This record gives sequence, structure tokens and C-alpha cells, in this order.
Amino acid sequence: MATIKELSRKPELLTGGHRLCAGCGASIAVRQVLLGANDQVIAGSATGCLEVSTTPYPFSAWKIPFIHNAFENSAATMSGVEAAYQSLVRRGKIEKKMKFVAFGGDGGTYDIGLQSLSGAMERGHDMVYVCYDNGAYMNTGIQRSGSTPFGAATTTSPAGKVRPGKPQQRKDLTQIMAAHDIPYVAQASISHWKDLVKKAEKAFSVDGPAFINVMAPCPRGWRTPNEMTIEISKIAVQTGFWPLYEVEDGEWKLNFKPKELKPITDFLKPQGRFRHLFKPGNEHLLETAQAEIDKNWSRLKKRCGVE
Amino acid sequence: MKWNIKDAEHWSWKKYPEGALILEGGNATYYKTGGWRTDKPAWDEKKCTQCLICWISCPDSSIIVKDEKWDSFDYDHCKGCGICAKVCPADAISMHPEGGEE
Amino acid sequence: MAKTATKQKIVAMTGNAGCALAMKQINPDVVAAYPITPQTTIVEEFANYVANGVVDTEYINVESEHSAMSACIGASAAGARVMTSTSSQGLALMWEELSIASSLRLPIVMQTVNRALSGPINIHCDHSDSMGARDMGWIHLFAETAQEAYDNTIMAIKIAEHKDVRLPVMSMHDGFITSHAIDRFEVLDDADVKKFVGDYMPKHSLLYNPNEPVTFGPFAMPAFYYEQRKQLRVAIDGSKDIVMKVTDDFAKLSGRQYGLFEEYRLDDADVAIVVLGSTAGTTRYVIDAMRAQGVKVGMLKLRVFRPFPAEEIAQALSKLKAVGVMDRSDTVGTLGGPVYVETKAALYNSKQRPAMQGYVYGLGGRDTGPDQIETVIGDLVKVVKGEESPREAVTLLGVKE
Repeated sequence: MATIKELSRKPELLTGGHRLCAGCGASIAVRQVLLGANDQVIAGSATGCLEVSTTPYPFSAWKIPFIHNAFENSAATMSGVEAAYQSLVRRGKIEKKMKFVAFGGDGGTYDIGLQSLSGAMERGHDMVYVCYDNGAYMNTGIQRSGSTPFGAATTTSPAGKVRPGKPQQRKDLTQIMAAHDIPYVAQASISHWKDLVKKAEKAFSVDGPAFINVMAPCPRGWRTPNEMTIEISKIAVQTGFWPLYEVEDGEWKLNFKPKELKPITDFLKPQGRFRHLFKPGNEHLLETAQAEIDKNWSRLKKRCGVE
Repeated sequence: MKWNIKDAEHWSWKKYPEGALILEGGNATYYKTGGWRTDKPAWDEKKCTQCLICWISCPDSSIIVKDEKWDSFDYDHCKGCGICAKVCPADAISMHPEGGEE
Repeated sequence: MAKTATKQKIVAMTGNAGCALAMKQINPDVVAAYPITPQTTIVEEFANYVANGVVDTEYINVESEHSAMSACIGASAAGARVMTSTSSQGLALMWEELSIASSLRLPIVMQTVNRALSGPINIHCDHSDSMGARDMGWIHLFAETAQEAYDNTIMAIKIAEHKDVRLPVMSMHDGFITSHAIDRFEVLDDADVKKFVGDYMPKHSLLYNPNEPVTFGPFAMPAFYYEQRKQLRVAIDGSKDIVMKVTDDFAKLSGRQYGLFEEYRLDDADVAIVVLGSTAGTTRYVIDAMRAQGVKVGMLKLRVFRPFPAEEIAQALSKLKAVGVMDRSDTVGTLGGPVYVETKAALYNSKQRPAMQGYVYGLGGRDTGPDQIETVIGDLVKVVKGEESPREAVTLLGVKE
């Protein structure tokens, strides 16, 4: 992989002037993913923050061909673009080598777009799907999603007198995608740019579908200061909330192995959405959150052959 | 392609490309988001180690790198989030209230 | 007309097989489709063409109709010639995508094999599926026979892709009646179809000129949205002329001349039936029989439902004394079926206009025999004679009271 200095010579494919909030993790994720591409890229996005903020008419932040269709079908839409490419190349109408990437938030990926994503991956389109995961429907005002962590207060799982935030644990989408047995699946974080760009490069280079789940915090929804976006992503990795791993042709590999995980409270404490968990009497909720991390971490280590 | 979007909010329906396409990629740069800023980043050349982590961590593509070297902030688009200052391992970037002394 | 027409082959096949054959002859760049009764045999037949290398289309076996239309939109925006096909619930699942396809001005062609919408679930013919999608900015063509379904499919490509149209087209035929019955009809040579549809090159696309990147599907705030809708209205209104131009060009090739609608024995008629789809065949038969008994009755068979040819319909019907409009779908909660409501509205400002009655028939595949058509004509004659006042309420034919 190229060094950061070499990467800095690449053209900026997502320009400034988009309307994402200050400190948004989504555009950082997009920029790092696109740095992993070495051919012409065609991009698409599901409805969501990324899409509305990068394409408010008549402005587009995309310096590459871009398509937004609807919320739940970023994968299906891009599968159509890829199929058109295969057809037009076969018919001699296009020669240039192109790569295809569809973006979606966790709402458009874990929840409403899961069927479309699963179908596109199963069909084997030569495309990359990137979920920028910020753990809630941020675009519509921080509603809970299948990715929202246990205990998080969202506008549809508020912390009230009898319900302390989201009562369910989050869905492990990366493992669901790994179960599709596609050539490449990875989990990455914008805090670990080198790992992320390398994973994007692999995803673009494999012949067939690839999926990357990227931790991309939302300062508004997480109730964190704008400048903390990268730092909190790093803590997510260090606490085992967001392990970095990849599944390459069925081989599971843990990319970041701390000697000891930091306690999950390190991740929860700086975020306003978990504030209520630290009130006296809610200690058991923090224990539940920690137990879930421990269980998942030990399972993942086993799958990756790490002791 | 250079696409003239002057007075677009007053365009007649006849002026739009079919299908409401945006005909110029990256023309978002014509829209200045620098005005959102309440805090402004400043760079200390002496402290900078040219690691470029600020560049790869910027959500607004607002750190300009030329020939592999830190060059400038794009204040037209920097929203002042402060990520660059926070991630800098050499403390070479600091944040200051907009409109104040630098 | 027949003299100038090209050599054609007479075949006996189902309407669906005819549609699949038309697709084969068009050999689109991409087809994305999901099977649903009664459309199934179209996508199966086309899959056979793909499997045997008869076409080199990229055929996407999507996991739902929503993804079918989503993939069609992606492929069409990419720059490809794209086709699909569906029915009923499949069309309903595509709902959200239908208006996105038209607003992006993507010339996708979809054969819609009409089937009743649930519920209760039913697999047989009525037009509630495509009629439910009548305001989505698509051009709607209706076929009476397998011949028309085949012909409309070929014309649909030319209409959709015409530079002054650039809109998606739905080509309808009746589920099971037209789709599964074997009919005798003429088919063009592959080479003639290929030449007729020509090559497709969009003005803007994702793939053809990536160095000048275009953004499809932006976010339009109130300052920008309304103008898009106006543009769409102008485009679909204006498509009427192109539909006729392509229809006339097709007549030169095939010898089969169609119009926005067909007028059958309407010239000297006192009363008439307005109908679309396969029931027009039954209606024609009844008209001939009643004409023999001295009843001056005719028919207006609608082929182009969108854009709705209101002016032409008003002109064709204004001199009649009474008209019965037959809808194979009900628009519950209002005056009657969509064809009735729109036909009536089309005549409202005419100086001269017939009495008009609305009829709903054949929902969920209920047989529509000559007796029902005779009933309608009988009703109209009574109105003309002054024996009955025109009915305000819609009449549901063939329902068990």
C-alpha cells in the first residue's frame, strides 16, 4: 500500500463545500475509502446524511459519477450500474476500467437496505459496499437502528423512567456479510486510516463483491464534541466495541490485537447518549454492556484463531 | 465540465437539465461552508512533522497538501470542527475563536 | 400499407412468449427482473435466450421487484438500454421506484402483465396494478391481443428513448387472457427489429464520460423541486406526438397501424363503449351482433392511457348520445374507475357531450362475457330513448348481488 505521502498526491474525489455537520465521520470514511481505489470509481449512496449533504441541488461534492436512488436500495442500484458496465464492455461500447462503490448508513444497510445488500452480494456483482456506521438514523434526527448500541438514548429509544435507552443489543452486520461467503469482508474505523485504506484497496481489487463496515461517529447523535470524532472511533476499537478484522476468502483475521481491552465505560462515558447509564442504580446496565463486549470479543478471537 | 449555476434558485423549469442532474462534479466547492466556523485552526510550521494525519482525518477536505507537504487550510470550506488539532501528534494545530486574535 | 411492409413470419404463441420474443429481438443491454404470476413466462423465456446465448444481455436475477426497478434505474443511469417486466404485487413493491425512474428521465421499458392487486390475493386479470401506478410519470400502453403486446414492446423502446421523451414506458397486456392464451400473430425479422429500435446513446450517463462526472438523484429543496415536476408534465404531455410518430413509423415497417386509440364503428354511432385491453375483442363481437339488429353502437378502444389523449377522446365522443366506460379496476371512494373518471372529465368543457355511465367489470379475473357488454349497450340505449336518466353511481358488472 502507498504511504500517506503518496496517497496525498491522489485527486480529492469528495470536495469540501458539502453540508455535513462539522466533525462528521461519514465524509472522513468516504475520503479514506476512495483513497483505496486505483481505477476510475463510480459511486452511489443510499438516502441519508451523506447523500443529502453532498448533493443539495445544484451542488455536488462528488468529482466522480454519482447516483442516489432511494433509501433501501443503494446496493441494488449499484448492482444495476455494474451490470450495465459488464454489458457495455462486452459490447465494445466502453473500454475504461471502472470500479463501483455503494455507500449507506447503518439505517440504509443494517435495516431497510439489508435485503437489497444481501441480494447484490449473493449475485456476485463486482462492487464494493461500504456501510458508514454511526449507530442510528442520524439524518432524520437520531432514531434507533439495528446498529444502535445497547443502552443508547435515541429519539425513538429515549432514556426514560422505566426504559433506560435501547433495550436490545446491536446486530452484528459484518458477520452477517461474512456469512455470505463473498471474497472480502472487513470491519474498519476512520481512526485507523492505514488499516481502512488498505482494506478499501483490497475490496476494490478483488474480483466480485466486497463489504466494509466503517465506524464513522456522529457528534450530534453521540453527543460528543466535534473534535472527538477520530478519538472516539479509536476508543471504540480499543475497548473491543468495534474490533478491526477482515475475512478474506473465508479466512478470518484480527487486525488489531491489544493485550487487554480497555473497559467499555471508556467508550460510553464521553458520549452524552449513554449519560443515564452512569446514574446510581444503573450499574447493572454497564455490566451488561461489558459482558456483551467480552462475549463477542472472545468469539471473534476464536474465529480468528487468536488466543 | 464547467456548468453555470448562477441564479439557479430562480431558474425556469426550462433551464434544468432533464432529470435534475448536476452536470459538474465537485461544484460543491462554490458553496462556502467556512462561514459555519466558530473556531479557526492555526498551523505551526515549526512543530509540524508532515505526518499528514490531519489531512487524512479532515471531514471537509480542507487541509491542502502540495507535493506531499502540508500547504494550507481551505478556510472557504473548513467548518472548524477541530479534528485536525485533536489528531495532530505534534500539537502543530491549535484552535482559536473565529474573529479573535490569531 | 401492407404493400410496403416487410416480410413477416406468422407464429402461434402466447402473449408472454411474444413479449419475450420482442425482448430477444431488442436484445437490451440489461434486464433486471423478478418472477411473478402471470408475468413469469416472460422472464423464464428470456432466461432461456440468455442461457443459450441467443442474446448477450446482462440478466440480473434480483431478489425482489423493488430491487428489479432499482437495478434498472442504476443500469439506465449508467447508460444502458434496460427492460423489465412485472405484475400486480410486484408493481406495487416497485411503487417508490416508479416515480424515481420517471423523474430521472430514464427510458426503462417494462412489460406489465395486468393482475389484480391483493387483497384478497388473486392471480387473475384486472387492471388495478397498473392503474394504481397511473400517475407515476410513465407512459402507459395497453394491448388487446398478443400481436399488440408484441408490437407495443418494440415501439415502447423507441418511444422511451426518443430524445424529446426520455421517459419510462409500461406496456400492458391482460394476465392469463393475453399472457397465457396461444394466439396467431405476425412477427418481424430480428434484423428489422434491430434496425427499427436502433442504437441507444443517452445524453448523460454514469459510464460513458466519467471524466465529466454527473450526479444523478440529487436532493432538491423547495426552490428546485417544483420545476422538476413541471418539466415532467411537459415531457409526458409532449410525448403524445412522439408516440404517434413512432407508431406511424412502425406501421410503415409492419403494415399494422395503431393510434392513440382505435375507433370501431364509431362514425355513425349513437352509443359507444370505451374500453381497453382484451375485453375490446369481446366488445367488437357484441357490437357486430347488435349492429345486425340495427343498434347504432361503436367502440373506442384506448391504447395510450398515459399520456391521456383527452382532446382526441373528446373529439371522438362528443357527437355521441350516450357512452359507457368500462374499467377493469375500481377507484373506490370516488365516482368510478379511472378510465371513466378521466373520459368524463375530458368531455366536461365540450359544447356537445354524450351522457356517460361508468362500469366496473372483471375484477380479479371474473369472466366478462358478451352478456355484460350487451347489458351496457342496453343501458345506453335506454338513456338515449329517455327511458332512464344517466346513472350517477358506477355499476359493477357481473358481481353477485
